[in-house]
Amino acid sequence: MTVPVPVLSLRDLTVDIPTRHGTLRPVDQVSWDIARGEILGVVGESGAGKSMTGNAVIGLLDPPAHISGGQVLLEGERIDDLPLAKMRRIRGKRIGMVFQDPLTSLNPLLTVGDQLTETILRHLDVDREEAAQRAIRGLDEVGIPSARNRMGAYPHEFSGGMRQRVVIALALCAEPTLLIADEPTTALDVSVQAQIIALLKRLCRERGMAAMLITHDMGVIAETADRVAVMYAGRLAEIGPVAQIVGQPRHPYTDGLMASTPAASAGQARLRQIPGAMPRLNALPDGCAFSPRCPRAQDRCRHDPRPRVGEADARAACWFPIEPEEDAA
Amino acid sequence: MTLVSVKSLTRVFDVSKPWLNRLIERLPKRHLTAVSDVSFDIPERTTYALVGESGSGKSTIGKMVVGLLRPTSGHVEIGGVDLVTEKDRAAIDRVRSDIQMIFQDPFASLNPRWRVRDIIVEPVAARGGDTTGMAERLLEQVGLSADDVGKYPHQFSGGQRQRICVARALASEPKLIVCDEPTSALDVSVQAQVLNMMSDLKDEHGLTYLFISHDLTVVRHMADTIGVLYLGRLVEEAPPETLFTTPAHPYTAMLIDAAPRLDAFGREVEPPEGEIPDPIDPPKGCAFHPRCPLAIDRCTAERPALKPFGPGRVACHRAGEITLKGAA
Amino acid sequence: MSDLPDATRQGPKPTERLETAEVVRPSRWRAIWDADLAWSFRHSPVAMVAAFVTLALVLAAIFAPLVATTNPFDPSSLNLMNGFSAPGVPNAFTGETFWLGTDDQGRDVYSTILYGLRISLFVGFMAVLFALVLGVTLGLLAGYLGGWTETVIMRVADVQLTFPSILVALLIFGIARGIIPIEYRDQMAIWVLILAIGLSDWVQFARVVRGATLVEKNKEYVQAARLIGRSSGAIMLRHILPNVLSPVLVIATISLALAIIAEATLSFLGVGAPPTQPSLGTLIRIGQDFLFSGEWWILFFPACTLLALALSVNLLGDWLRDALNPRLK
Repeated sequence: MTVPVPVLSLRDLTVDIPTRHGTLRPVDQVSWDIARGEILGVVGESGAGKSMTGNAVIGLLDPPAHISGGQVLLEGERIDDLPLAKMRRIRGKRIGMVFQDPLTSLNPLLTVGDQLTETILRHLDVDREEAAQRAIRGLDEVGIPSARNRMGAYPHEFSGGMRQRVVIALALCAEPTLLIADEPTTALDVSVQAQIIALLKRLCRERGMAAMLITHDMGVIAETADRVAVMYAGRLAEIGPVAQIVGQPRHPYTDGLMASTPAASAGQARLRQIPGAMPRLNALPDGCAFSPRCPRAQDRCRHDPRPRVGEADARAACWFPIEPEEDAA
Repeated sequence: MTLVSVKSLTRVFDVSKPWLNRLIERLPKRHLTAVSDVSFDIPERTTYALVGESGSGKSTIGKMVVGLLRPTSGHVEIGGVDLVTEKDRAAIDRVRSDIQMIFQDPFASLNPRWRVRDIIVEPVAARGGDTTGMAERLLEQVGLSADDVGKYPHQFSGGQRQRICVARALASEPKLIVCDEPTSALDVSVQAQVLNMMSDLKDEHGLTYLFISHDLTVVRHMADTIGVLYLGRLVEEAPPETLFTTPAHPYTAMLIDAAPRLDAFGREVEPPEGEIPDPIDPPKGCAFHPRCPLAIDRCTAERPALKPFGPGRVACHRAGEITLKGAA
Repeated sequence: MSDLPDATRQGPKPTERLETAEVVRPSRWRAIWDADLAWSFRHSPVAMVAAFVTLALVLAAIFAPLVATTNPFDPSSLNLMNGFSAPGVPNAFTGETFWLGTDDQGRDVYSTILYGLRISLFVGFMAVLFALVLGVTLGLLAGYLGGWTETVIMRVADVQLTFPSILVALLIFGIARGIIPIEYRDQMAIWVLILAIGLSDWVQFARVVRGATLVEKNKEYVQAARLIGRSSGAIMLRHILPNVLSPVLVIATISLALAIIAEATLSFLGVGAPPTQPSLGTLIRIGQDFLFSGEWWILFFPACTLLALALSVNLLGDWLRDALNPRLK
């Protein structure tokens, strides 16, 4: 029996930023797989390295940041060492991207129809007529009403939510196998956010597409993702199925993060809080980066080399993870 | 006792193009009604939350309450004094020192060239008050160290800056603090710290909050009364538990249902339809009727008034006719 | 301030202290040396050479009476017999050697350059200072008050921009000459020059400051100050002004180079510094008369000095602009 090749595999992916005060490491030995049709939610607070990980996968790191170690495998094939021109072919064709601000992904001077048709022509072997047909189908699929008539409209003629739908249509028009969505709903209102989440879920299911959904919003992750990766200070803190991460977190940071969302403590007078803030990358503590804020930290956490996900069958990078039978206090 | 009384508050912005463009392109003047006939009271020592999506006018109301913006019509009275019409300088000065505000962006709300000490005592120093030891004391109250007074804002993280903003707001010993999205720029774990601190300070200092947010979960946690805004109109007002369990306005119900929930993995919801209409040309009658599942002919013609309903108030022609689903 | 590391300090809530990822505070000099600006300076050979040349010329001008061989404008120290001595060649009549030669009246070119440099730099500095104060004030008022104040100030600025600044300076110079009685003209010439150059140069300060003010006045710290009841004057001076000064510094440096050239141009045209107080421009005008009769040095050395001064100040300004602009890093 053959194990299916995951759509995306990260193997100890590491990103370095050399600065004149020393080298910063915003992504430190991160590993995970995303299977076909699976949505992996990547959560973390600002500075956790989640967007940097996404940019490293699509080869869009801003210099001087660069991949300094590990591998990125797309359907079993290494893409982190490809030359720029080849990487450009892969972006858009095999990896679709959706960012927070839809306006940055759209050319304001071209009609939506032209942008879609051009993208399809560049990546797929079809004629112009067929490309236009596919563009209309794409807009229809993401829920743009009367798609055929809207082909001639410019990006500014759409509302914020509709624009993000157009960006999704653009990301998906070349039928990629992997979608990377970086905070796709953060700029949107609650009611529109719900629409976009439902759309992303439906498209991944229908097309069997893998997705990496990067967000800081636990609620969005809980509703959308199949599995969740929690990042802290550039490192993977915990990874697992969404029900376990939200319901029975094992890493004390995940536990604190979930508990400090106001939704989790409805009806209580005080929110649970994690003391302190994430350390800056130039001042990471020894051992486990979370140890100074951790209620369970012991000497070992402060001195031993940091624990890693996957060692000794653990899904949390913690020496003293919360055991399932413990009542999450 | 009522501290803040907002009466038929309306604010219209002129969003016309420059007159030359209007002349050449033959365009009419365009007006945006950001806030339309909003009335509510805030009793002393309570938290009143205004919640709404973009274009709901919540920040505009906040600015009018603190006096940064003049109402087009209607009044804001704080302790019985209307800052716009009051003639007595002493009364104006007293009310001004009773009001403070905390802003959304902790990076823009502190002058980057000032030391923390000067930032915090400014509300008092500007009136010539004694500020000896004040900055140190306030910093410790908001959970920072008294040693930090000589630092500049860029030496602090977002959460710490928001604490400095709170310290500045407390300096003049105000009665009312208007908080405009105070935690939406912060990370969740830091947000919890700041919200807890704000709750503690409210009890210690007997503060009244007008809390403006788009985040229902935060509002539910903080507020004693919640006012829901849609396109500049107050559509519902109720205590949080009533609002979340039995919303009376269909927009409130939609908003609660659309908010992502932590316990909702695998939830397959029918997302709400449509988007917020253009506030320059809002729908006739009830502004929500094009998206409302309950709309009848009357809703398209006649704007519903805000009427008492249960423990709160609601502006809906069909309030009470149908039980709406709420969250647990 | 205590220089102890955070951990040894007696904080009221130890956990909160963790938010500051701060190290031991270095000494003041160390801090200045390590600052981004100083670092960028140390890594820009062009800036260092330009700064050296500028500094050397400024010092030479300040200490002109000490480093000059003669005071060229003290008639008693002049010997007409020394006229037209070529550089480095002993004079046929007096046997004296002048390394940069002499002019028609026997003045040492080296000494006239030093004294001319004084006038040029003085006029340049004062004119820029005048333009800066005027431009920053009007720019602040226009940006902060808006309305008709802004309309009037910026329209005047726009109209002035449509004329070449040298023309504006000529106009102002002409008017001033008309007003001032003839017996004060030579005395007042320098001040008229400063006024003329300053008035022709305030527009760019005003425009930049107005733009920066428009950005700053909508920031929330300004709203917080308004809320307190601070007057517009206090807000402009204490809050906005310190935050709009860095672009002003860049413009001031580049303006200095332009003002020195403008002064030289006016003096060259014969409407600037009088022959009794010759600036570099006046010297060039004088030297020009002898260029075709073979006495090239009378023009050449003052022109080289002007070139070195204007070029090094300009390069310094360019470096400052790049160093202060985070987007170019």
